[in-house]
Amino acid sequence: MIRRAAIVLAVAQFGLVFAGLLVGHVERQSLPPLGKRYVELVPRELGAANVITGILLSYRAFDTLGEVAVLFMVAASVGLVLARRERRKENLLGDARLATRQASEIVRTGAQILVPLIAIFAVYIITNGHLSAGGGFQGGAVAASSVILLLLADPRQRFDQQLLSGMESTAGILFVLVGVAGLIFANGFLDSRVLPLGQFGTFFSAGAIPLLSVLLGVKVGCELSVILDRFRT
Amino acid sequence: MISTVVLATGLTLILIGIWGTLTQRNILRIVIAFSLIGTGTHIFIVAIGYVTSGTAPIIDRGLSTSEAPMRAVDPIPSALVVTAIVIGLAVTAMMLAFAIRLYEARKTLSIDAFTESKG
Repeated sequence: MIRRAAIVLAVAQFGLVFAGLLVGHVERQSLPPLGKRYVELVPRELGAANVITGILLSYRAFDTLGEVAVLFMVAASVGLVLARRERRKENLLGDARLATRQASEIVRTGAQILVPLIAIFAVYIITNGHLSAGGGFQGGAVAASSVILLLLADPRQRFDQQLLSGMESTAGILFVLVGVAGLIFANGFLDSRVLPLGQFGTFFSAGAIPLLSVLLGVKVGCELSVILDRFRT
Repeated sequence: MISTVVLATGLTLILIGIWGTLTQRNILRIVIAFSLIGTGTHIFIVAIGYVTSGTAPIIDRGLSTSEAPMRAVDPIPSALVVTAIVIGLAVTAMMLAFAIRLYEARKTLSIDAFTESKG
């Protein structure tokens, strides 16, 4: 009873704080100075049509690198937490049931048709990150969704962990190398102007942003696939 | 106006999440409640960046470079949320990994079975 009252009180207090935020909220009529500066600078200096990708992969690309490091750490620690399970697999009730259970015909056929389409869509999102909504993170997540569909269709599916880790590390190293190239040939670490900016709005434009986007997409896709694969019993 | 509605949606999701983390006894439901808090926060941050009758900060036929500073929404909250979603996914993956380990330890997902650290 006391517990319940405490919960109600806590939620009510949060509700009060949030109500205050909501009442005090005034919709912006114009961009704040920093946002305005980014909207002006990204098309002019970086030649990227998508301002958000420009911020993520050039001005704040160092943060993106940190982000990917977080993902890598999660993949490693999920492996660490779940590692000991492998040895005591046989005394787990769930595993025996899972091993004999097959995905239904609909799921298997659906996976066969959809996985290539999802993969193409992922590539589209990754390579058009500088032109339209999308980018490395988003496309990588879409690619990983095709992996989870494969796993649903056949839980015993084997992925080449070595290949995934290899691709992921290579993409990471290349990402940092492009960053170092920015340090030498342009104005700073991960400056995307190491490559020519090209015609604004075309596929080969915005300097190194499409390249960074592809590397990021490969890295995120591989990392998420490794994480998903680790969860398989 | 629109941003206020979206803001209210985000805050409601956060409240539902807080309520869920405090009342639910099943670990998977607690993980879902945490994800709800995260999603609510993302919606909240995106709503803050909205500019009245603004559009996505992507230059194309509908939005020229010169009029972008007047008509685009704030790109910074959107860029923040892209990274926040990844962190949210990482946290969820870790929580699910721990849930699997806890299930193996007690063969149940109810947190009532874990009383060691109860004061």
